[in-house]
Amino acid sequence: MNASAAHASNTLAGGPGGPYQAIVIGGSSGAIDVLNVLLPRLPVGLRAAVIVVLHLPRDRRSLLVDIFRPRCALPVQEAEDQQPIQAGHLYFAPPDYHLLIDSGPRLALSVDAPLHFSRPSIDVLFESAADGYGDKLVGVLLSGANDDGAAGLAAIHAAGGYTIVQDPASASMPTMPEAALARFPRQTPGKTPSNTPGKTPAPHVLTPEAIAARFVQLHAQRLL
Amino acid sequence: MPHKTKARIADIEQRLLLDAIYHQYHYDFRAYAQASLKRRLQSALTQFSCKTLSQLQDRVLHEPAVFTGLLQYLTVQVSDMFRDPSYFLALRNEVVPILRTYPSIKVWVAGCSTGEEVYSLAILLHEEGLLDRTLIYATDINPHALRAAEQGVFDLDRVAAFTENHARAGGRSSLSDYYTARYSRVVFDKALREHMVFSDHSLATDSVFAEVHLISCRNVLIYFERDLQNRALGLFHDALVHRGFLGLGSKESLRFSAQAEHFDDFVLEDRIYRKKAGR
Repeated sequence: MNASAAHASNTLAGGPGGPYQAIVIGGSSGAIDVLNVLLPRLPVGLRAAVIVVLHLPRDRRSLLVDIFRPRCALPVQEAEDQQPIQAGHLYFAPPDYHLLIDSGPRLALSVDAPLHFSRPSIDVLFESAADGYGDKLVGVLLSGANDDGAAGLAAIHAAGGYTIVQDPASASMPTMPEAALARFPRQTPGKTPSNTPGKTPAPHVLTPEAIAARFVQLHAQRLL
Repeated sequence: MPHKTKARIADIEQRLLLDAIYHQYHYDFRAYAQASLKRRLQSALTQFSCKTLSQLQDRVLHEPAVFTGLLQYLTVQVSDMFRDPSYFLALRNEVVPILRTYPSIKVWVAGCSTGEEVYSLAILLHEEGLLDRTLIYATDINPHALRAAEQGVFDLDRVAAFTENHARAGGRSSLSDYYTARYSRVVFDKALREHMVFSDHSLATDSVFAEVHLISCRNVLIYFERDLQNRALGLFHDALVHRGFLGLGSKESLRFSAQAEHFDDFVLEDRIYRKKAGR
């Protein structure tokens, strides 16, 4: 086996990071359609918790739980403060609160100032999740019209987590995935990222379908 | 240095800094939710030109002015007047009729920050004809926030949102009846302030100071770890009169708390609870 093949299989197996304890997903405009592809395919028995921040209007009740609960195999709920995080459960950030991962691990909310004009902010979730889960974390950044999430995804990457960015060509709003990818060396969508020895791989750039398939694959490998 | 080692050192530094603050200044952030505190401390590093929390600790211990500045980072929450209008509507429709039965009314706004909620409640009680027999205790640990709250001055560009919230909260008057615009600010009516007492009080280290009929403490407990949440809720329980009311933030609940058994749900969707009879 040559060096690049070894890296490829290592990447597929999640490298030294897996099994993963949590998947954090962030997105803004255009992301709800992607979630509709991803979330219903998450299998019962998933070993990781799934925690989602979607930018929403601040002054309204979120309908995400109502939309996704009937479509998902996993239990779906809106995050509550101090709630212990359970494997195989799916949590949405409530509108107008930041969602963070605190020790435990537990969910924590804050009303700190909006970041990138957003509350909840993807960076806030991703950075605290990178602190809490280190390399036991999968971070996924989807379609969106601003650059929230880019710093957070870089933090997950730096902590050794497994990072996925929606292929900008498949995103109805490519700004958010492009902002995240701009922090990494250029790569070709769909291809396994090349590795610098001693460094964890750059984000996987995948279409919504391929992200769903990757989750299923990682689950089959007992890494999720 | 491996990422894990760096992360562990940052955690140690944060604990040591909070210990230093407690021992030198008697502000106790040790039982605060650490994840959001960490974010605030990281942005404070830039402000105070420090590379690490250890450096910041050195400055905090030796330069009181740095601590005063840091306190702003650690504590100031910006709220809106009538934030979550349905909460105020529920107070108006469900709680006010019971408050009306008392000859004098005491309200405690715990963690009042810069006062948005205090003025909201005062206006609501005025509209309901109860303000004249009401005293509102407004407490916070941040002296700067308390001073701002006492001034009752807010930026004019926030007033449109306040006005909309007020209307959605069932406002029976015009919000503009209660303030005077001055350049880019509005100043709320002094008559409202005659019914407010602002005071330094810590839910982490102080005890109960009065008996009250209603406590409003919204989006404060989310900054505490569970033990401190339980301490604060214990104080609330002790401060409330028989069958008194407790209002929390829209995403806070007693569900994960040791105090849950001492309260009844009153308007659950707006997080208004009522002290159980007996204790």
